[in-house]
Amino acid sequence: MSLCLDIRKKFPGFSLDVSLDVGDESIAILGASGSGKSLTLSCIAGIVKPDEGKIIIDGVTVFDSVKGVNLPPQKRKTGLMFQDYALFPNMTVEENIRVAGRNRESKIEAEELIRRFCLESVRNLLPSQISGGQKQRTALARTLLSRPKILMLDEPFSALDSHLRFQTERELSEVFREFHGTVILVSHSMEESYRLCGKIAVIHGGHVEISGAMDEVFSSPKTKHAAILTGCKNISRSQKIHDGKIYASDWNIELQCTDYHGDSEYVGIRSHRIIYGDGINSFTCRVIKVIENPFSFTVMLLANENAGSIFWEADKTLWREIESETVRISFPPENLLMLKE
Amino acid sequence: MDFYPLYNSLRVALASCMIVFFTGIIAAWHVSKLPAMIRGVVDVILTLPLVLPPTVTGYFLLRLLGPRRLIGAWVMAHFGVRLSMSWYSAVFASVVVSFPLMYRTSRGAFESVSKNIIHSAKILGLSEAFTFRRIVVPCCKKGITAGAVLSFARALGEYGATSMIAGYIPGKTATISTTVYHLWRTGNDELALKWVLVNIAISFAVLIALNVIERGKS
Repeated sequence: MSLCLDIRKKFPGFSLDVSLDVGDESIAILGASGSGKSLTLSCIAGIVKPDEGKIIIDGVTVFDSVKGVNLPPQKRKTGLMFQDYALFPNMTVEENIRVAGRNRESKIEAEELIRRFCLESVRNLLPSQISGGQKQRTALARTLLSRPKILMLDEPFSALDSHLRFQTERELSEVFREFHGTVILVSHSMEESYRLCGKIAVIHGGHVEISGAMDEVFSSPKTKHAAILTGCKNISRSQKIHDGKIYASDWNIELQCTDYHGDSEYVGIRSHRIIYGDGINSFTCRVIKVIENPFSFTVMLLANENAGSIFWEADKTLWREIESETVRISFPPENLLMLKE
Repeated sequence: MDFYPLYNSLRVALASCMIVFFTGIIAAWHVSKLPAMIRGVVDVILTLPLVLPPTVTGYFLLRLLGPRRLIGAWVMAHFGVRLSMSWYSAVFASVVVSFPLMYRTSRGAFESVSKNIIHSAKILGLSEAFTFRRIVVPCCKKGITAGAVLSFARALGEYGATSMIAGYIPGKTATISTTVYHLWRTGNDELALKWVLVNIAISFAVLIALNVIERGKS
């Protein structure tokens, strides 16, 4: 099964222009709020009609602006789990699930899903009477029973308490593994995306900036926004001095680099890839603030006065040993990210 | 005391409430799905009787249903039934005047149903009719009931359009409101007061019922 998508839609002050080609795999769409991720899901499901383009699900054209094809949501065979789960408030858990069944066998299947998602004890309760985790499992069971070819989840963890997130994430990864078809996870959390999906598409301002295998995009995000969304905290504008050397203007330092692309406008380095001590690209920084995290310290540094701050994530024991006003750090060239706008 | 006006008023209000119940809900559902521009226009037309003086509504009704007018003449010719000056003429008046209350209240209730719930239903493959009957209407039960009670109360109190199209014929078209006016005009103050008290008692009961329903909402 597969999804082939190439759509455009204009709004006042915002335009969506998204192309995706996904096979029988799970892909995360990562983007800030308002970047168009949920809108893309709505277009695939048939709730929002794009101005132009094409959507092909498993070889079936469900939308084609040139040929005038626009199948209603009921005929697209997609499954979309909304952020608020959108359970039917007047139906019990069991009715919510069974309503999605299309034939006689689905009754047995519904029974299996209720057991699998541990909903037996709450099957006769209304959505308003069950917990957030149970709501999510009900919504998931309901979606699976409708036998979609594409499973889409819009921010599945945002309505859950943090202690529930990890557990439901494990449950979800099981569902992803067993699901035969395309899975699309929309999220603004890079960590959840990384753990759950094999592929990623970073969306910004209605456009897919970069897409590909998860580890590739994380090790080489290519654009500034992709770097930010994949968790890079240190980004500076950069200018080329000569081959192999750039000037990072926000930090007011010169850096040696290995793979300079002529069109790179930014340079970035992840906070945990800054190395303590001397080396290539090393300089002394003034410590301006130290933030203690549960398992590390985030140290805010200034390489030069009137320059932007640099975030360094330091190991707890290491920083307890150093704890000084100035610190010598280095940016190994292989750890630098060369980025475009 | 002749209780015909009480019986007739309740009969007219119930009949019109039943008609308005279904037409109002269906109109509300279809209007809430229209594109914004058309919705605005249709909404104004359907709500107009709420703000027009009932005599203006009565004038339009007479223009349409009078024995020599468009619809009135046609029904007379084909079925031999006179649409004005009989008890059910008051039903026409009550329906038109109380329709906006049912329509507005249920539309408000429909619009308060989360869009995601309706979208979810569609994506799960549920038909539009199923979604409406089994999800939207049950979710809006309280709003719909409140609308029905309001339109019943309005129909019961209808005077202006009713007096024009149904007139005041004792034992035939007389309702509580037209009776009160007739009695007062003919100087029968004492009996008029009795009917006024009956009317107040019914309205009180209806409004208390409405409050009970609305309290159940939260």
